Amino acid sequence: MLKFILKGILRDRSRSLFPIIVVALIVALVIFNRGFLVGTMNGMFRDTAVISSGHVKIMTHSYQEESQLMPNDLALMNVGEITEILGLKYSDYFWSPRISFAGLLDLPDEQGETKSQGPVMAIGIDFLSSESRQFELWELEKRIDSGHMIKNANDALVGAKLAEKLGLSLGDQVTYIGTTMNNAFTTFNFTVVGTFNLGMGPLDKQMMLVDIEGARMALDMNDAASEILGFKHDLYYDDDAAVAIRNQFNAVHSDASDIFRSSMIALRDANQMGAMIDLVDWSTFIILGIFLLIAMIVLWNMGIMSGLRRYGEMGIRLAMGETKGQVYRSLILESVIIGTIGTIIGTLIGLPLTYYVQEVGIDYSAAFENLNSSSLIMSSVFYTKVTPDLYYIGFIPGVLATVFGTMLAGRAIYKREMAQLFKELET
Amino acid sequence: MSNNNIVEIQELIKQFPVGGGFFTALKDINLKIEIGEFTGLVGPSGSGKTTLLNIIGGLDSPTQGNVNVLGIDLGSSSHNKRATLRKTKMGFIFQSYNLLPVYSVFENVELPLILNKVNSNERKKLVEQAVEWVGLTNKLKSRPNMLSGGECQRTAIARAIVHKPALILADEPTANLDAENSHQIMKIMVCLNQELNTSFVFATHDEKIMAYLRRIIHLEDGQIVKDEQIKNPEMGEKR
Ligand SMILES: Nc1ncnc2c1ncn2[C@@H]1O[C@H](COP(=O)(O)OP(=O)(O)OP(=O)(O)O)[C@@H](O)[C@H]1O
Ligand SMILES: [Mg+2]
Repeated sequence: MLKFILKGILRDRSRSLFPIIVVALIVALVIFNRGFLVGTMNGMFRDTAVISSGHVKIMTHSYQEESQLMPNDLALMNVGEITEILGLKYSDYFWSPRISFAGLLDLPDEQGETKSQGPVMAIGIDFLSSESRQFELWELEKRIDSGHMIKNANDALVGAKLAEKLGLSLGDQVTYIGTTMNNAFTTFNFTVVGTFNLGMGPLDKQMMLVDIEGARMALDMNDAASEILGFKHDLYYDDDAAVAIRNQFNAVHSDASDIFRSSMIALRDANQMGAMIDLVDWSTFIILGIFLLIAMIVLWNMGIMSGLRRYGEMGIRLAMGETKGQVYRSLILESVIIGTIGTIIGTLIGLPLTYYVQEVGIDYSAAFENLNSSSLIMSSVFYTKVTPDLYYIGFIPGVLATVFGTMLAGRAIYKREMAQLFKELET
Repeated sequence: MSNNNIVEIQELIKQFPVGGGFFTALKDINLKIEIGEFTGLVGPSGSGKTTLLNIIGGLDSPTQGNVNVLGIDLGSSSHNKRATLRKTKMGFIFQSYNLLPVYSVFENVELPLILNKVNSNERKKLVEQAVEWVGLTNKLKSRPNMLSGGECQRTAIARAIVHKPALILADEPTANLDAENSHQIMKIMVCLNQELNTSFVFATHDEKIMAYLRRIIHLEDGQIVKDEQIKNPEMGEKR
C-alpha cells in the first residue's frame, strides 16, 4: 500500500507539488530565520562581551554603581594578585584587566600648537602580556585597516573615523588630556600606530585602544584597573555558567560595609542583554508557532481543494472495502511523506543559505548610519549562525503542518455520509 | 435464509431527512436474489434504483427492515464488517468509471488485490487474467486519460471482477457509452456471469442493458411494481 501511495504522490503533481513547495519555502524560512536570530544575537553577545562586558566582569561595588561615568577613582587595586587568584579559582575563564577612560585627544603641529582636538573614549587593554588573547578577541587582524598592532605601551590604535575627523596619520604623536585616578590633571603622549574599523558607527567615531600599561602611566593607575573581564576559554557565552559564577562570586564578596568590595556582573546584566537572551529563546518558539500555523492553514485549504478533486478516489476506495479510517490514515501517511519531502528540500535550501550568510554577512551599515545610540553595541554587519538544531528544526513546521492540515481537510470524509460521497462522485 | 440467496430483503424502508421531515425513497421492499442471477433494477429517474443498490452494497443503511447480503445482516453489522464484506465479496461498477487517474490500467485493477493483501506474484497473475477477460491486455500500462470511454469502463469491470467477488453491483454502467460499447460491455458481463457464476445487479433505465437481463425488477416511487423473469434474453440469440 505504501508503494501504491508513493506512486500516486510522485505522479500526481497537483497533489504533491504545491504542498511540497509551500512546505519547502516555510521550512527554508524557519531555518534561515532561526539562523539569523541566533547569529545576530551571538554577534551581539560577542561584540558586547568584547567591547564592554566580558562574559562576566568584576568592578568595585561603587564603580559599578556609577560605571557610566567611568569613575577611575573607584578602580580596583592590586589587580595582578586578584587576576591570579581568579585564574586559579575559575579556571574555565581567562581574566583580563582593563581601564576605560575619557578625555580630549589633541594633535599638535610642529610648534606644539593645537592642530585639531576632539573628545575620545579610550580603553586600556592588556595587549602586550604574553598570554593575552585580546588581539584574537577583538579580531584586530581584520579590523585594523591601516598601520599595525600595538607594540609598545604608548602606542595607540585610533578609530578610523576619529582619525579622519582629527586628521591623524600614522606615526603622529597625539596628546591625551584628562584626569588621573586621583582626579589630578594629566597629559600623556601616545603614538598613533594604526587605525581600526569595528563596523560599529558610534565607536569608530570616538574610540581609541591602547595598552593597559600605557593607560596606567597616563592615569597614574599602577596595578589598578577599572574592570577585570572574564571570558570562557572557548569564547562562547554560556548564560547559565556565567550566572552561576556571578552568584558564587558575589556571595563570597558580600561585605556590604565595604564600598570597594569586588562585585561581579554577567553579560546578561549589562545593557538589557538579559532580556535579549530570553527573547531569543522565546522568539524561536513563537516564530515556529506562527509559521506552523500559516503552513497549516495553507495546507488545510489545499487539502480541501485537492480532496474535492479526489472524492471520486475516496468513493471508489470506500466501495472497494476500505473503511473511512483506512482512507483517512492513508491520506495522513501521504501527508507525512509529502511533508518529509518538503522539509528535506526546504532544509537543503535553508541551510546553505544560512551558511552563506554566516560566512559573508549582510551589511546594514548604510541603514545604521544615523543610528547613534551607543548604549546598545551592535555590529552593522549581520551574520547568521548554523547551529546543529537547524538540521532538524524544519521537521517541526514541515511535517506537523502537513499532517495537521490534512487532518483538518480530511475530516470531510467523516462528516459525509458514505452514500453522499457517491452522489458527488456521480456528477 | 436459503443458501441459494445472495440477497434477501424484507420490509425495507429507506427515508432521507429533508428539511424538517423525511423523504421516503424506498418502501415495502421485499426481494430475493439468487446466486448467479443477472438482474436489473429498472425504473424512471428518482425511483430509488441507486438507493437500493447502495443499501445492498452496504454503502447506505436501511431505515427499517432486514437486509441480508451474502449471509451478513447489514442492518446490524458495523461499518468495518460491511467494509470487509465489500472488500472480499463485492465489486462495484459506476456510470463514471471512477478510475484513479494517476494509476495505470494494471495498477487500477490491482488495487482491490492490494487491499485484500494478495501477494504480488498472485496479483500479477490475477490482474492479467482479469484484463484479458475484458480484452485490454495491450493497454496494461496506459493511464485512464489515454483510454476511450469503453476502455475505461472495461478497466472498471476488470477491477470489479479481479478478486472474483460473488456479487457485482453496477449503477448505470453504460450511461456514458455509445451503443456499440454498451453492447460490448454487456457481453463481457454476461460472459463473466456464466463462467464465474458471479451474480450481477444493475441499476439502469437503458433499454440496451434490459435486453441482456434475465430478471427485471421494476421500481416506481420507491416500490417494486413488477418483478419479471425473461425467458430469452438477447445474449442467447446473438451467441
Ligand atoms: N441523500 C439523500 N437525501 C435526500 N434525498 C435523497 C438522497 N439520496 C436520494 N434521495 C432521493 O431519493 C430518490 C431516489 O433516488 P435514487 O438516486 O435512488 O434514484 P435513481 O432511481 O437512482 O434515479 P436516477 O435514474 O436518476 O439515477 C430521489 O428522489 C432522490 O432525490
Ligand atoms: Mg441512480
